[in-house]
Amino acid sequence: MTNRRQTTEKSMRAMFFTIATASISILFLIMLFLFKEGLPIFKTVSVSDFIFGQYWYPTSDPPDFGIFPLIVASVLVTGVSGMISIPLGVMTAVYLSEIAAPKVGEIVKPLVELLAALPSVVIGFFGMVLVAPFLQRIFDIPTGLNLFNASLMLAFMSIPTICSISEDAIHSVPVALREASVALGATQLQTIVRVVVPASISGISTAVILGLSRAVGETMVVLMVAGGAAMLPESIFDPVRPMPASIAAEMAEAPVGGEHYYALFATGIVLFVFTLLFNIVADYVANRYRQVGEASL
Amino acid sequence: MNSLLVSKRLETERAGNLSTGPKTEERAMANTDRPLLGGGAAYDRRRNLKQKIFFSLFRGAAAVNGIALLVIIYFMVANGWRAISWEFLTQPPMESMTKGGILPCIVGTFCLSFGAILVALPIGIASAIYLNEYARPGKLVRLIRLGINNLAGVPSVVFGLFGLAFFVVILDMGVSIAAGALTLGAMSLPVIIGSTEEALKSVPDTYREASLGLGATKWQTIWRVVLPSAMPGILTGAILGISRAAGETAPIMFTGAVFFTPKLPTSIFNEVMALPYHIYVLATAGTEIEKTRHLQYGTAIVLIALVLGMNLLAIFWRARLRKKLK
Repeated sequence: MTNRRQTTEKSMRAMFFTIATASISILFLIMLFLFKEGLPIFKTVSVSDFIFGQYWYPTSDPPDFGIFPLIVASVLVTGVSGMISIPLGVMTAVYLSEIAAPKVGEIVKPLVELLAALPSVVIGFFGMVLVAPFLQRIFDIPTGLNLFNASLMLAFMSIPTICSISEDAIHSVPVALREASVALGATQLQTIVRVVVPASISGISTAVILGLSRAVGETMVVLMVAGGAAMLPESIFDPVRPMPASIAAEMAEAPVGGEHYYALFATGIVLFVFTLLFNIVADYVANRYRQVGEASL
Repeated sequence: MNSLLVSKRLETERAGNLSTGPKTEERAMANTDRPLLGGGAAYDRRRNLKQKIFFSLFRGAAAVNGIALLVIIYFMVANGWRAISWEFLTQPPMESMTKGGILPCIVGTFCLSFGAILVALPIGIASAIYLNEYARPGKLVRLIRLGINNLAGVPSVVFGLFGLAFFVVILDMGVSIAAGALTLGAMSLPVIIGSTEEALKSVPDTYREASLGLGATKWQTIWRVVLPSAMPGILTGAILGISRAAGETAPIMFTGAVFFTPKLPTSIFNEVMALPYHIYVLATAGTEIEKTRHLQYGTAIVLIALVLGMNLLAIFWRARLRKKLK
């Protein structure tokens, strides 16, 4: 009897462990297939020509596979969206955890969560049919589908990520620190700016990195709103073609096993490496500078 | 005089230790020869004003988010509610998708997202059980967590590429519900693991101790005590997972969803239409984009209602759970 129980116990443990490795296995498979389908392009194009090549004409004859404009587009779109989403996200987090009355917080918090729940295709559609004509009219530009519009839409996709992770970090700052600061005569604002935010800065940094990582990888918004021109932009109102948009738009036409197909997977590798770096840095920051109680301040 | 010195020192110490922000205020402080207790009215007025200004900024930032959500929903509903009718929900698209309804898309999205959760839920729950109940902190657990975090960060379009190369081509499933659901399932896995872990953590340790104390094994404790108490929390996470999967477009573009297929699926190896992909197709690739605008808005409303409805359900359910636990 006991013996059977012990066997069950052991096999259960082994089973749960095996299943728990599924996430790593999937991650490994993703890498494996990206490389398997992406590396063949480097038989025809060198790595540096692929990454720094200025021209992306995958369907012309002979084709050009240079994804530099796509990389620049991704970086710019993410950067500009960060300028909007970081202040808004962090300030909302501070407001929710430090300033808002509990009643107000109970209403605003679900709103932010619901913003995160909006499907990306809906935000892309909104940017396309409503924001684009609006921008075109007020700025008098040839097209409303451009870098700025895409960044704006992306910002609202990453704000919930930035806000909720920052809020958790701020929330975990011990109350004693706030009390000490207020007891010394600091105002609530001084306490927030000089005690609470510095104490939770590692969590806030993690939040920012993960938010930006989400913006880099987001597909539907840039596919529908960024304008789609694979050129280096000269102004913030130029149309661009970030990496995810290029992959999503062209995959349907690229025949499986052709050069174009390989090139799109190779673009996927670059995109994957970008987000992987973001996530590893986020993980490192979160663990390295973690606030442990009041001791490390 | 003595107390003045002490508090001056405290102030400089505080500034040295904690301040990373602009130092101008400290300088302002040092220059005012205000008495320390009471008084200092000008300084107090200034910093109170500053606080008021900044708090309004914070409040404004929070308001922007709420307003953005409401504006998006308002414009969708205002422009699209006329398209919603019983026929719209129960008929297939007609006349090369310029008329008719979206029934195949609703059915397709339903199949894909429930399929995804069927894949992700067992694996996710088991992973969370291992991490929360069995594993001891160490390198291995850290590696598994790193894997989960990175999986959560993989761009949706890369999941699409993976699904295409693995499920569609290598496993030869073709563009089908199976391939799409598996791709979406892989993507939802980190969400399910996260919410399940949270649910498991909220089960008080005394429950486990009581069960173990009665002579139950670990597995018996998990199966009969921990899981039943965590179940509502796990299901909340499952609802959120379904709603996420239902709204995704990029992972199913190459794996499960197609432009147009008039018939409803009869097997998991059929290709389907899906709501999010339908919006994208109508809005960008249709022959008469302007003419089908009302259909696009209508489809968007149905998708929003579906996704936000599930989310609201999960939010309220979770709030009730938390109250109960308190």
